[in-house]
This record gives sequence, C-alpha cells and structure tokens, in this order.
Amino acid sequence: MTRIQRDARPESMLLNMGPSHPAMHGTLRLMLELDGEKILNAEAEIGYLHRGFEKTCENKTYFNLLIYTDRLNYVSPLINNLGYAMTMEKMLGVTVPERAQLIRVLMSELSRVSDHLTCLAAMAMENGAFTVFLYMMKAREFLWDVIEFTTGARMTTSYIRIGGVRADLDPGWRGSLTTAIKETRQVLKDVSGLLDKNSIFLGRTRGVGAISKEDALSYGWTGPCLRSTGIPYDVRKASPYLVYDRLSFEVPVGECGDNYDRYSVRMREMEQSLRLLEQVAALIPDAAPLPGGPTIEPAEAIAGSRRQRTGERIRLSPNLEGYEKERLPGLTTAEKPVAVPAKEDTYTTMEGLISHFLFFMSGKGIRPPKGDVYFSVEGGNGEVGFYIVSDGSDRPYRLHLRAPCFHIVSALEQLIKGRLIADVVPTFGSMNMIGGELDR
Amino acid sequence: MGQETLIEAIRAKLGDAVEGAADSFGDPVLILRPAAVRTAMAMLREPPFDYALFLDLTCVDFAAAEGRFELVYHLYAMSRNVRLRLKASLPAADPAVETLVGLWKNAEWLEREVFDMFGVRFEGHPYLKRILTYEGFEGHALRKSYPWRLEQPRIPLKGDV
Repeated sequence: MTRIQRDARPESMLLNMGPSHPAMHGTLRLMLELDGEKILNAEAEIGYLHRGFEKTCENKTYFNLLIYTDRLNYVSPLINNLGYAMTMEKMLGVTVPERAQLIRVLMSELSRVSDHLTCLAAMAMENGAFTVFLYMMKAREFLWDVIEFTTGARMTTSYIRIGGVRADLDPGWRGSLTTAIKETRQVLKDVSGLLDKNSIFLGRTRGVGAISKEDALSYGWTGPCLRSTGIPYDVRKASPYLVYDRLSFEVPVGECGDNYDRYSVRMREMEQSLRLLEQVAALIPDAAPLPGGPTIEPAEAIAGSRRQRTGERIRLSPNLEGYEKERLPGLTTAEKPVAVPAKEDTYTTMEGLISHFLFFMSGKGIRPPKGDVYFSVEGGNGEVGFYIVSDGSDRPYRLHLRAPCFHIVSALEQLIKGRLIADVVPTFGSMNMIGGELDR
Repeated sequence: MGQETLIEAIRAKLGDAVEGAADSFGDPVLILRPAAVRTAMAMLREPPFDYALFLDLTCVDFAAAEGRFELVYHLYAMSRNVRLRLKASLPAADPAVETLVGLWKNAEWLEREVFDMFGVRFEGHPYLKRILTYEGFEGHALRKSYPWRLEQPRIPLKGDV
C-alpha cells in the first residue's frame, strides 16, 4: 500500500494519472488525492523505464558501455557521451586535441538546443499550442541534420568517445549548421510571438508550479530549472570544461521559479547556445584536404606488401568517412590504448592488427588506475555527473549516473499539492522529465 | 580557501566524526564514521562550509572482498564553488545508517534508491520503499551477489486466479 492510499481521507477521491497518460510522457505514475479538481495530496511513482543501466555497465568494458549512455537522456545523447568520456579522461589523465574539443562544444550546444526545443514543444502542445510543437520539431530536424550528417545517427550517436571524437565533421557541416541556426532563430522568434503574451499560456504558467530558491536547492535542482529561480549556477561557468572559458555567453536566470520562468529561461538559453555555436564554428578550422593520388583496397595492400611495403593510401569503407588515419591526430588522443587504432593499419599490417586486438580483447583495452572519480557536465536538464569506481580491470566496478531530472521530479509532489489537476500538465511539462535518465 | 586548509577546517569542526581524508584524482574525499553521518552533514550544510546542494548519493558494494558497503555522498557549496565527497563504510550484514531526510529534501528519493538497489536501511526515513523497481522485486539489483540477468518471479495480475 502506498503512502497516499494509507493517508487518504475517506471522503476524497484517488485518481491515477499515468503511467499511460499522454501528458506523463509514458513513464511516470502520479497518484492524486482529489477534492473535486483540487489536489490534496500527490505521490509520484517512477521506475517504469528502469533498464538496469548501472548494472549493465558493470558487465561491459569501458569502450562498449558508451552506447548505453546514448540511451540515458535520449534527447541530448551527445552530452551524455561527453559526460562519460570526460569522466574517463579525468581518470586516465589524457588530454584531448583542440579540434576535438571544439567539435565537442559544437555537439553539446546542438544537443542543448534540441533538448530545450523538445521540452518546450511538448510542454506547449500539452497546453494546447500544437503550432508551437510543429514549429519546434521543425527546428529540431534542422539541428539533427547537422548531427546526423556527422555522427550517422539522430539519437544513438555514440560519437564522442574516450579520448576524442569518432570521426571528423561532415564536409558540408558549415552549410547545414548555418541553415540550422537561421531556422532555429526564426522559430524562436515565432514561438515568442505565439506564447510570450498569450493569455491562455500565461494563465497556465504564470505563478503555477512556483518553487522558492531554498526549496530548489534543497531538492538538488540544477540546470535551467534551478536558474529559473534566480540562481545562476551553470557547470559551464562554475567549473569550465572543454573550451567554454574562451567563449562568451550569458547565463539567463528567472525570478520566481514558476512554469513561465522555466519556459523563458530555456528560450533565452537557446539563444545563448546559438551564439556559442556561431563562435565555435568560427574557431574550428576547415579540415585539411587529404593527400590526393590513387587509393587501393586493403587486400591489394596486403598482397603488395609481400614483396615490399607500398606507400599508397588505403581505401576505407564509406561508413568510416572522416576516420582516415591522417585526420586522427586532430580528433583523438595518441595515447594507447585509449582510442581505437587507425583502421588502415588494422587492415593491412600485423602490428596494426595486434594493437587492434590489444584494444578490443577482453581483459585488455582501456584499464584506468584503481580509484574513484566524479565528473560532471552541464546537460540539457542540469548537472549530468558520472561517478565511476575502477578496480584496475577493463570493466567499471561501479558506475553511477547523477541524473539531473531525478532531483527535479522529486519536487513534483510538492509543486502540485493544493493546485488543480490542470496545473499538473504544464508543471510536469516544464520540468523536462526524460524517462531514460530518470529511471536509468 | 585552499583545498588542504578547507579539509583541515572541516576536520577541526567535525572532530572525531571524520576517520580520514583522501585525494581522488584531485578531488577532496572525507571518510566519515557511519554513526556520525547525520550530525556531520548537518554541520557541513550550515555556514561557514555552506554545502547547500546535496548533489548525489550512491553506494558501492565491497561485500565480497572487504565485507562492507560504502556510501558515497557528493556535496556542493555554491557560494564557494567547491565540491566535497564523503564516504561512510557500513557492515555487509544489515547495513544501516541514519537518514538525511530533514536536511535536504532530495534525500528522500536518493535514499530510497540506495535502499532499493543495495538494501541499505536508512533509519528514521519516513517512507523507505523501493523506487526504481517494484514492490515484490526479490533481492537488491546492484549488489554484487545479484546475478546480471536474473529473472524475477512474475507478479500476478489483479484478479488472476
């Protein structure tokens, strides 16, 4: 028996909202004790999307478990990749090449914008503003184009890896990025026009779901939700990582921590992220052209090397584009065995094949020193932190994710108590609950 | 305040609640006496230390090798921009520690998660109930003694005969 069932007054009504309720995003059950439309008491039940992420990671090698981090906050998977990769880099003590750091910032900010867009689109749609949903999804498609051209996937990217990034940017990235920024700016302007002074939207968000600074801190809130109360805490400013200390951006804050402030902070943060995207795009130099001349298949190279090592370039499969040996120094650390060895060597030389196996064989590969480490980055929802305990083997002894929306959703019960049922929807929507990260 | 002076100041204030200090990849770590966790945390939350944000709580299972569970607390002082990791070792047989509910509001859910996954009891917790798994789940999934991919018994549907 749950607490709410135990404590309910006999004259009040108990109502389940979710887990299969469209506004609960499919993975949360709210139990409400009602007096008419008024919520006397509420209890949130989570765990519907629990996949045993942490347990699985204990049974995977450090390289292999990267794909599971894509599936945490599945709206901004690149930031999860980044958080995990940087935690490992802190433990291994490796530095990442400058170009890879800039690409990581680019990818993080693209993900942040798409995360905020998704949150606000869903929130607006649940309040009846379906136009906003369509506009924002359109903008997100343009952003995901940039991501997809480079990483090859829209969500399950696995692009940011320990030691750097998987491959270089798509040759046409500047064009797609410019389009994405232009389209997103236009959508932000349109959405501001549709919502900022819309009396229906204001009625459902202004003064609804308000939280004080003290309560937000006490609940462990971070990210846009904390900043909506007026506390300017942002990991990118507080403990800058990558090249954020060289870029100029502001940390927007709200005033009263209500739904409208959470909306408005996210809107203004997206503008800052677009600014960051422009700055970092200007800092990334164009990729040097690969040396021309003929290329040969790996098999021909092996056959040729029986007589004498040929100097010709090896032709790679098209899905390894951007991963050419010449490009790797700018993309991943040279330290062994942190990054995957160059495929040209693996396919054609004995030494290359050996180092490939030494990377992928069980018991070999990435083996950080004994100890425990915590590192966090600013995700779409707040501070995404990884806590990893290593026993010196090739698998983590323990891996724990500090999920920002776990803390945020834990305050939901308090925020909706005493309000009406209709207030649940915008309050919950503005929190940006992501099941993959909440339930792990 | 430098890291060493900060750790010294905390140790002076908390007295025998601190069993030791360590450095982990540049981050300060304090080892707490399990019985003193709540009093130590209450002091750390207040000025001058001002660790206002209870960032995270988790647990590590060293039961097989060392016969203990290790609770790991992460605190963050926003006013001074410093983090602190605190650890407390609990015996593997019947691990229990005093709750932090009442100090930070997110402690309720964080402790429920550790209870759910490791079976650590938090004494004084108002609603210690499984959170990520369900009532009727057997065992504690993140303990090392719990096999990966163990199948759980099926829960009968309501009204099933």
